[in-house]
Amino acid sequence: MDFGLDKKHEMARSLFRDFAENEVKPLAQEVDETEEFPMETVKKMQKLGFMGIPVPKEYGGQGCDPLTYVMCVEELSKVCATTGVVVSAHTSLCIDPIMTYGTEDQKQKYVKALATGEKLGAFALTEPGAGTDAQGAQTKAVLDGDEWVLNGSKCFITNGKVADVYIVIAITSVTEDKRGRKKKNFSAFIVDKGAPGFSFGTKEKKMGIRGSSTYELIFEDCRIPKENLLGPLGKGFPIAMHTLDGGRIGIAAQALGIAEGALDRAIAYTKERKQFGRSIAQQQNTQFKLADMATRVEAAQMLVYKAAMAKATQKVYSVEAAKAKLFAAETAMAVTTEVVQLFGGYGYIREYDVERMMRDAKITEIYEGTSEVQRMVISGALLR
Amino acid sequence: MALEEYKGVFVFAQQVDNVLDGVAFELLGKGKDLAKDLDTDVTAVLIGSGIKGLADQLAEYGADRVIVVDDPELKDYRTEPYAHALASVINEYKPEIMLVGATAIGRDLGPTVSARVKTGLTADCTVLEIGDFPLVAVPGKEADQKHKQLLMTRPAFGGNTIATIACPDNRPQMATVRPGVMQKIAPIAGAKANIVEFNPGFTPNNRYVEILNIVKAVKNTANIMDAKILVSGGRGVGSKENFKLLEDLAEVLGGTVSCSRAVVENGWLPVDLQVGQTGKTVRPQIYFAIGISGAIQHVAGMEDSDLIVAINKDEDAPIFDVADYGLVGDLNKIVPALTAALKAEMQAK
Amino acid sequence: MNIVVCIKQVPDTKGGVKFNPDGTLDRAAMLAIMNPDDKAGLEAALRIKDATGAKVTVLTMGLPKADAVLREAMAMGADEAVLVTDRVLGGADTWATSTTIAGALRNLDYDLIITGRQAIDGDTAQVGPQIAEHLSLPVISYAEDIKVEGDSVIVKRQYEDRYHEVKAKMPCLITALSELNEPRYMTPGGIFDACDKEVTVWGRADLKDVDDSDLGLKGSPTKIAKASDKVPKGAGEKVNLDPAESVEYLIGKFKEKHII
Repeated sequence: MDFGLDKKHEMARSLFRDFAENEVKPLAQEVDETEEFPMETVKKMQKLGFMGIPVPKEYGGQGCDPLTYVMCVEELSKVCATTGVVVSAHTSLCIDPIMTYGTEDQKQKYVKALATGEKLGAFALTEPGAGTDAQGAQTKAVLDGDEWVLNGSKCFITNGKVADVYIVIAITSVTEDKRGRKKKNFSAFIVDKGAPGFSFGTKEKKMGIRGSSTYELIFEDCRIPKENLLGPLGKGFPIAMHTLDGGRIGIAAQALGIAEGALDRAIAYTKERKQFGRSIAQQQNTQFKLADMATRVEAAQMLVYKAAMAKATQKVYSVEAAKAKLFAAETAMAVTTEVVQLFGGYGYIREYDVERMMRDAKITEIYEGTSEVQRMVISGALLR
Repeated sequence: MALEEYKGVFVFAQQVDNVLDGVAFELLGKGKDLAKDLDTDVTAVLIGSGIKGLADQLAEYGADRVIVVDDPELKDYRTEPYAHALASVINEYKPEIMLVGATAIGRDLGPTVSARVKTGLTADCTVLEIGDFPLVAVPGKEADQKHKQLLMTRPAFGGNTIATIACPDNRPQMATVRPGVMQKIAPIAGAKANIVEFNPGFTPNNRYVEILNIVKAVKNTANIMDAKILVSGGRGVGSKENFKLLEDLAEVLGGTVSCSRAVVENGWLPVDLQVGQTGKTVRPQIYFAIGISGAIQHVAGMEDSDLIVAINKDEDAPIFDVADYGLVGDLNKIVPALTAALKAEMQAK
Repeated sequence: MNIVVCIKQVPDTKGGVKFNPDGTLDRAAMLAIMNPDDKAGLEAALRIKDATGAKVTVLTMGLPKADAVLREAMAMGADEAVLVTDRVLGGADTWATSTTIAGALRNLDYDLIITGRQAIDGDTAQVGPQIAEHLSLPVISYAEDIKVEGDSVIVKRQYEDRYHEVKAKMPCLITALSELNEPRYMTPGGIFDACDKEVTVWGRADLKDVDDSDLGLKGSPTKIAKASDKVPKGAGEKVNLDPAESVEYLIGKFKEKHII
């Protein structure tokens, strides 16, 4: 398979790696420890164009492809999964739907500011009563003159409170099907921070990616301009699903990065750590574990890059994205767990990063569609 | 170029603010050795403004002759008038060897002059000797082997390699020499040299730059990653107060104190001085590991140092596995003795 | 205003060093990076470009694969790139190298030429001043700060114990220290553009006013008599003596190594 890994991608990877090593890695432990959003790093990434990698230049982006973006998330996540998800949520979940479904005016107004990094983006679908089952959502939007009025709340929102622009999915009508069952019809909206009636609830305290800002969003008669409807009225659900297909590639890249980062640490550590008079890398148990992990990580990389290529060339890439996320996330969890074990006692100590990687890995099996959801998507396509 | 016209070993006698730099004396010391092998004499080239008075000092350190280029244009170092001065001396007096200190001045003056007189220059030499080039004659071409050549040895690639270089077809054979490498002779009080005044004339042109301001530097606080010499202490040092021993040693060597993680945890030193996996990675020229056991987490941060000296009372401490020189013993006795011995050595120079 | 920055692709010396049988360096066998001092020089030029709109051209002499550092420089923001490459230029010492680069520079418009102070492979610091000599330009080495003022540059020139604030009329040549600045990163879009741009490639025939006898291995006054890797670190020596003897032992070793 040809991923088109040419000179450009090689150079881009070396850029992301240098940046991650020099600017991100030194802060990773502190970001986790203090649970503070790495705003300084984000500002640096904004300056370097990391916040608009796959966006065309005419909209303020870098004019690169999805694969380059995926490599960025991968390299960042190798050293700090928090930083990786900030870029992923911003790019895949906020810029991407506006690029795909937005009007020219919306692109000019929002994509430009987001891609240049002037503004940070987020995406709000999940609600307390609606996770995997989005139909359980309650947040409503009603047109009142020239404004939409939103009421309800969203939870577990990545980049919550730090973002300036939010894609919000809300119910705009309820219809009955032939059998008299009620069906909620959703629409997508662009909501600016500071819109009247838009506020933030509590900050979530998390197991991993602890520096990422995860908040509840509250809409109380929140008024936004009529023209902030994104895409056709009533098409919010397919827009959200398609957006998540892209988002899953970003999370798959994050998971891949976590696995690669943990594997790198394991290789370095097992070469140095001596037990019974020789390095533990000289023991076959270690060697076989490393071999299995390396194989699995490379397989994950192939699936993730394939999904990125599919996004560049295909209209629909749900299955590719689902497979990539499923496998990369489970690889991240398995590899980090194994690496903690290889580190022994040191693996359990916070100073040694790998326990953080293990905590960070877990979320990749959950958000933007759990592993179970990915299996539903994949099997659904098989049995269609 | 008629090579045989070039005779004598010349040394650029660097002075700043009318004070001779130590490297000038070191070059004279080496120059004397080379001159002996070549059966010739040593000339110091003294360039500056109002500097004639320094000539006697050069004589005391071994100069047989001092060529003085004294001109108001030469007051503070600027490439052009200095290059003109030295190149003119070379063209006039035709030395076979021209040595320059590898200082911030010499590493600017040397290349400029070598390009001007069209000869080779070998930078930052650590060994100079007279020998044959090629080192071993090519069989059948024994006659092509040149004798009495200056063989210049220098480290390259950040000290990873050593190269010996010759300049067989051009004269003078030029080298810059690292300060502190060559030995100066014990000064001979009252020695006199043949003093020759020479002035090629200085007419400012576009290449004369203007010095607007001279600011003597104040040393900044140490960054252990930039330090050439690190004196690093571990748990074995015992207390915050006891780090005084390491500070004294560092001071004598112009080095900086650093430490292991245990020291930071005990609150003896701040974290920005910590070497190791969770601290900083350092590559100094010399790393002293004092009272540091050498856990891999520490070694990972310092194993690339050029030279590692370990002092530890535990004979089996893993630090000895990476040390070039390991001293088994009580640091409280060894370190002060080492400091005193080094101080004595420095003063003797 | 036109600025030309001379850069060099150098082996990353962390990975060890390899030689060809003739004593010249086997650069192909080592990982290659942009020389750090040169990168600082490029950053200085790019800052002048940011402030004044100057055009920045990067120039390198080397093997065809040195193209990579030119692309990197363009991805950082340089406008144009020139690669000087030719078999006859191989094995050059600093004299022949500076002659070659000067021959290439004669084809370009420049107000300011910036080189790194020294490359981490040779550590000589000679090529910059020698280029200036060949082109009869004023040279300011060891720059820790560069300001452009009208038709002049004002440079902080570093010495061991002081700095000089020096003013030179352009055209002139400055050699940059890596302490000069913190070089910027490339940008992803810059990388994509740089890979699509043309790099001008010049050979021997494109060099202006240079003699064949001054080029390559033949044109190099200095010849390598012997080159070798530094002897790799052994397990080291360990002594267990009384304190005074220990100190004496160590001082002896330091003297042997010319440390004191």
